[in-house]
Amino acid sequence: MTDNPDRKPASLLRQDARTRARNAAERRFRWYGIGAIAISMIALVVLLATILTDGAGAFRQTYLNIPVTLDAAVLDPKGNRDPAEMAKVLTLTYGKVLDKAVGDAVAREAIQVEGLTEKDIKGLVSREASAQVRNRVLAEPELVGQTVAFDVLTGGRIDGYFKGRVTMESAERDSNTSPRQLQLAQALADRGMIVTRFNWNFLRLADASDQRPEAAGVGAAIVGSFYMMLVVLVLAVPIGIAASIYLEEFAPKNRCTDIIEVNISNLAAVPSIVFGILGLAAFINFAGLPQSAPIVGGLVLTLMTLPRIIIPTRAALKAVPPSIRDAALGVGASKMQSVFHHVLPLATPGILTGMILGLAQALGETAPLLLIGMVAFIRDIPSGLPSGLFDPASALPVQVYNWTQRSDPAFIERASGAIIVLLVFLLCMNVLAIWLRRKFERRW
Amino acid sequence: MSTVKLTVSALAVIAASATAAAARDQIQVSGSSTVLPYSTIVAELFGENMDFPVPVVESGGTGGGLQKFCEGVGPNTIDIANASRPIRDAERDTCTANGVTDIMEIRIGYDGIVFANAASGPDFAYTPADWFNALSAKVVRDGQVVDNTAANWSDVNPDLPRQEILAFIPGTKHGTREVFEEKVILAGCEESGAMEAFTASGMDEDAAEEACTTLRTDGRAVDIDGDYTETLARIQSSPGGIGVFGLSFYENNTDKLKVGTIGGVTPSTETIASGEYPVSRPLFFYVKKAHIGEIQGLQEFVEFFVADEIAGPDGPLAEYGLVSDPDLAATQEAVAAGTTLQ
Repeated sequence: MTDNPDRKPASLLRQDARTRARNAAERRFRWYGIGAIAISMIALVVLLATILTDGAGAFRQTYLNIPVTLDAAVLDPKGNRDPAEMAKVLTLTYGKVLDKAVGDAVAREAIQVEGLTEKDIKGLVSREASAQVRNRVLAEPELVGQTVAFDVLTGGRIDGYFKGRVTMESAERDSNTSPRQLQLAQALADRGMIVTRFNWNFLRLADASDQRPEAAGVGAAIVGSFYMMLVVLVLAVPIGIAASIYLEEFAPKNRCTDIIEVNISNLAAVPSIVFGILGLAAFINFAGLPQSAPIVGGLVLTLMTLPRIIIPTRAALKAVPPSIRDAALGVGASKMQSVFHHVLPLATPGILTGMILGLAQALGETAPLLLIGMVAFIRDIPSGLPSGLFDPASALPVQVYNWTQRSDPAFIERASGAIIVLLVFLLCMNVLAIWLRRKFERRW
Repeated sequence: MSTVKLTVSALAVIAASATAAAARDQIQVSGSSTVLPYSTIVAELFGENMDFPVPVVESGGTGGGLQKFCEGVGPNTIDIANASRPIRDAERDTCTANGVTDIMEIRIGYDGIVFANAASGPDFAYTPADWFNALSAKVVRDGQVVDNTAANWSDVNPDLPRQEILAFIPGTKHGTREVFEEKVILAGCEESGAMEAFTASGMDEDAAEEACTTLRTDGRAVDIDGDYTETLARIQSSPGGIGVFGLSFYENNTDKLKVGTIGGVTPSTETIASGEYPVSRPLFFYVKKAHIGEIQGLQEFVEFFVADEIAGPDGPLAEYGLVSDPDLAATQEAVAAGTTLQ
């Protein structure tokens, strides 16, 4: 035993310089880690806070309850109460009837607003309301000539005022509203005629044009996204799982399967817009499927999702210990039995997680839909299955993209509201994935 | 077993989809993002007033829309292309090559292009020459063609406020850029006499025009490739900036923006209709005549679009910012007669 003269015997109580340096490096690394987490947490909190503050308003909506005199001379000029004849009266005329109803209410309630003009009265009620009144009148022609109470949407600026988006100062400069109009709205609210309540219609209605942000909803987008997810679920999941079981358990290991493997990994990394181009060429131009339809969207997303399901499924199958297979084969099970009775049940949690995360990714995808006509103004909610698969539909991320491009600032609120809906769906799917994994997980 | 069943049902879905694909109920529209809001407003009114489904309206830019339009005839191609400029000859040729021969051109009205800064900023009263002298790469100073070094609007024209030059202009892929160059920069180039100076310095006419519309690249003229919402966001983050907007966008955001006058004229639907405000352009849509009668509701939609109640001066489109066409009656006649482009 020869002691190195340069090195003092180490003491447990006193650290030497190199130990100190090593410990310092570790401490520094911990701080880097905490810093990294802090930055991502701040980013997340800022993002969520912005979306929630911007989007919360979309879930509340201002309504006006107003008695409307349905003037027979205006709404049924022929006087025969024939819905076919009355349908010739356009919603624009009904809009004037509603404006008159607001004017009557101002006179009846003796509301005093200095300098109130006809234009101020005109913008109070949403243009959507005229369609609502018209549909009701055409359905019940006997209402003509009576005074009927209607619960109608208020205009976007009035709605914004009750949500704090529009103020008296901004209204001063705003050509679409005026402080007088807001005072009138406030007076009506004081009399209980204008109320703000939870906006179920945001989840039920489809998109609306630039002139009626207050009527826009994510209904068509939710249905469209749901149909597309259904197509992906029905196609991508069985194909993906079958492909991965074959590749992992049955396929011979040779050059051919190697090439397939490389290609699957490559496909998973292909930008999603490429699948949109493929979808346009294959499904719309070649197969003749309709544009803007969820079936095409679903097929495109299926192509995009397939590699993203195959890769985690193969990983899950690979993670099942070989001893399970050997034991099954050892007691005389066939290859098929060993895979389906023993390996697959053990790989289920991994497969389910991969599948749900693949679906979640497909749910949030916009780019491939851009080329197949789904980034469009869709006013009608698609019909029920299966014919609804061929109706034009929107999708949630597409709706967000569409609304951020509109000129009326009220659509910013709607876009954030749609993001909240999308995030809730994604959260549900991720929670489901975690729950399934926990439920079926088995440890060795 | 279940995998087999699922695969079979999946194949059945694909087979069913291939057979059910033939018919189409909705009118398909695509094209200019400037025309998009008008198109959606009419589509919405059409859907609620007529017994037809609401047309599906896509935006893809004038060029993109016309490209789709010219792909061919049949239910898998679009029926209407929105455009913020007339169709080009090259596009007509593509159309003809693909069998799209009878095209109806319908002018719906005019769109104004306005210059606006943040509502908190000073008032601006420009002339096209001011814009040329502020943004062109080469300007004429004391008879000499020199690089543009103007830093403040007051350097360009002493009557303008002393504010740094920073302009957010539409990117080159926008139809608006073309109008901006032609009606503002080029007009300003001629008005300020720079055009003459350029030709005098030995350029031919094309080169002089090119020199006029070449904008400075020192960061004072910023191309916006997104839409007007992006321009607005840029102005809000740098309040000294001036943006180029469509009239309807400005009218929906008057609480945030202050519009500048051109040659003393404030942009409005009235001044644009009368021609006093110089920067405007016609908006169109193109209809495949072969689809009329094949796609249900197409003729009705086109007639509905140009009806007085809709596109007239008191209609919802004018309310949104469209400058209605004084010759609307002629357009209505052309639609009724089914007149096509020659």
